Amino acid sequence: MGEYLLLVVSAVFVNNILLARYLGNCPFLGVSKSMDTAVGMGMAVTFVLTVAGLVTWMVQRYLLDPFGLAYLRTIAFILVIAALVQLVEMFLQKSVPALYRALGIFLPLITTNCAVLGVAIINIKEDFDFVTTLVFSLASAIGFALALVLFAGLRERFALMKTAKAFEGMPLGLITAGLLSMAFLGFAGLVK
Amino acid sequence: MSLATEFTKGLWKEVPPFRLVLGLCPVLAVTTAAENGLGMGLATTFVLVCSNSLVSLLRKFIPNKVRIAAFIVIIASFVVMVELVMQAYFFKLYEVLGIFIPLIVVNCIVLGRAEAFASKNTLPFSVADGLGMGLGFTASLTLLGSVRELLGTGHVFGVHVMWASFEPFGFLVKAPGAFVALGFLLGFMNLIGAKR
Repeated sequence: MGEYLLLVVSAVFVNNILLARYLGNCPFLGVSKSMDTAVGMGMAVTFVLTVAGLVTWMVQRYLLDPFGLAYLRTIAFILVIAALVQLVEMFLQKSVPALYRALGIFLPLITTNCAVLGVAIINIKEDFDFVTTLVFSLASAIGFALALVLFAGLRERFALMKTAKAFEGMPLGLITAGLLSMAFLGFAGLVK
Repeated sequence: MSLATEFTKGLWKEVPPFRLVLGLCPVLAVTTAAENGLGMGLATTFVLVCSNSLVSLLRKFIPNKVRIAAFIVIIASFVVMVELVMQAYFFKLYEVLGIFIPLIVVNCIVLGRAEAFASKNTLPFSVADGLGMGLGFTASLTLLGSVRELLGTGHVFGVHVMWASFEPFGFLVKAPGAFVALGFLLGFMNLIGAKR
């Protein structure tokens, strides 16, 4: 149990997927202008990332490894993720329409979110077993959602301020992200 | 529309990571040193040129409905090629770039150019576009890598260039430094752009 707790703390705070591993930065900078969209995106990513982590792990273990096709990993994973996102979309539309409407446009965008493919590949590279994969995927996704929501909160405030013309928008957004990343660096001593 | 303008627009006017702010993950992650930026940029350029050419050649045969899936498969195939070649011949760089080589698949620039340009234009234009965008991306990565390496460690391409008493800003080669350095670089580019 203790090692799983350690893994969660490490994935959420110390090696935060956005701020320390730099995965999934396009949605991080793209949809963080308002709190609502950030929460929607965070939920959608949490859901897809966890499911995708488990499914790609099974694909690697039961399909690619036995047939010696490990070199096809990149192609196989991206196809699995694309298909999965499509399936999740159809499933939610039919059975949980409320959640489907809340996630809206963010679901299809997740296919090209490198956090999803990134975590899937990390799971394989680190040789995690099934439960560890589940814990790590979920914790990474929570770290993503946490950073995204924090960042959106900061940016909502920044939008009201007067700033130098050249630094409006993206440059200031990046520097803000840097400060947030610096705050997360403070967790570095928690877990070796 | 001429080949030259399609080529040069990627170098300054629409230089990918800065102007379009696409494909930021590798930009932030691998630019701890100039050499890594250069390697990553060249790998992406190769994928970009190849996928642009193939998408352009096949653009009349790919049904509109499944085009994104088709593009992704094309891109993924070239990424696997790059991955295997780098593992065989540039193992040190392969180790450093690690997970970001397979992640070229989901680099928005590559899919973006396939969708926005190569699927509508002929082969020569698509190659020019891919090459220009790729080299612009490479130059940006190398520039950002050089700045971070120079101020963060006092080296450029592994050669010590700063004066002996120079205190390096260590945080620039750590995670927050990437965001801050890119933010300032974008701001200064806006300043230069505004003066023209």
